[in-house]
Amino acid sequence: MTDQGFREIIFSINGKQRTLYIDIRSSLLEVLRNELGLTGAKEGCGVGECGACSVLVDDVLVDSCIYLAIWADGKAIRTIEGEAKKGKLSKVQQSYVKEGAVQCGFCTPGFIMASTSFTEKNKGESVTEDEIRKAHAGNLCRCTGYQNILKAVEKSIEP
Amino acid sequence: MFDLKKHIKATCLDDAIALLIENPNARLIAGGTDVLIKLRHGKKGYSELIDINGLEELRFIKQDKQNNILIGSGTVFSDIIQSDIIKKHIPMLSDAAQSVGGPQIRNVATIGGNICNGVTSADSASSLFSLNAVLVVKTQGAIREIPISDFYLGPGKVDLKKGEILTTIIIRPDDYMGSFGYYYKYAMRNAMDIATIGCAVCLKVKHHILADFRIAYGVAGPVPIRCLKTEKSVTNKKITLKLLDDISRFVAHDVSPRTSWRATKEFRMNIICELSKRATKKALNRAGEGL
Repeated sequence: MTDQGFREIIFSINGKQRTLYIDIRSSLLEVLRNELGLTGAKEGCGVGECGACSVLVDDVLVDSCIYLAIWADGKAIRTIEGEAKKGKLSKVQQSYVKEGAVQCGFCTPGFIMASTSFTEKNKGESVTEDEIRKAHAGNLCRCTGYQNILKAVEKSIEP
Repeated sequence: MFDLKKHIKATCLDDAIALLIENPNARLIAGGTDVLIKLRHGKKGYSELIDINGLEELRFIKQDKQNNILIGSGTVFSDIIQSDIIKKHIPMLSDAAQSVGGPQIRNVATIGGNICNGVTSADSASSLFSLNAVLVVKTQGAIREIPISDFYLGPGKVDLKKGEILTTIIIRPDDYMGSFGYYYKYAMRNAMDIATIGCAVCLKVKHHILADFRIAYGVAGPVPIRCLKTEKSVTNKKITLKLLDDISRFVAHDVSPRTSWRATKEFRMNIICELSKRATKKALNRAGEGL
């Protein structure tokens, strides 16, 4: 492989097809933030413990800081920037606003993606508080104490 | 940026084996939840990677005609949690898979990586020890099967030779059918934490007699361990509360925990003895024995 450390990847980002020539050393988070200007996903811990960098890859929730960007080839990536459609917040986002589940906001994009993954997976089903907590156990928030986030997720799952 | 010098994507298992042989300094990367963190921390020996991430050939959970349960090494923990086969036949493995990291980690981290990483705290390892799991390791022109209890050579060191890849984990019907198990993870928090002690119990009951008893620990020694002396002393004994006390006394002689910043040796020993009782009781309850 004579690619001098760069490789072409074709993937979809928030529904739009993109082709990028990327450094094989980059994480998906670095490509999102530095190449595509999508700065919603944040780098918190950088080692997959805080979830601030959470995005969906083919609808699977992953920490983009410990996900090689080249793995995105052929995949569909969803980030917080694509959740509001035509200026209207998604149901999850709206619920976070209503419940005041946001304080400093640093963890919010990651949390919203975790909640989005959870609500889409459990559509129309009744879920327990414990299940909600477990599904968000990979995301840390140092402001809210989680109670309002929990309420927001409950609200987003209501039919 | 990860300090990566070389990255080659394997197209299939055989390609991965050939690439490992061609590139003697290269290591495998699957889910990346260990390797990428080591790279980020500047650990040497990870700058050349052979990539088997997302290789479908290694991602499966199935039951063969002989009722062996086969788990591909590239199976992620979320697959194990959602698998009907595992839920039905080996719920303890489901317990263990659920206790790994958090959702994001479980969505990408593979069971094969958890084992080959060679750490004593791996949640899947102690459970697989108690299930007498057999590992299938493949290289060019050769396949060998190793009981998991022989696979760990030391901290971070497993019995994989150059050009070998762990492909499948086999759990035999004798070891899961009619068996009831439980995995108990003791950690400071419920998620995103490494076990202070992990305890896996797998047992069979016949007329209120403990017909088969297997108990394994993570973090109770440099590698995951089975408590063979304890198992021998309590097998075929009547199930009583006293038996639980005996087990908790006996296990202390089978383990060798150490002090680290997470916990002292003495505290770990206390947890080891207590968890033997709790995990055994839970497994007995699953077997229909009320104690």
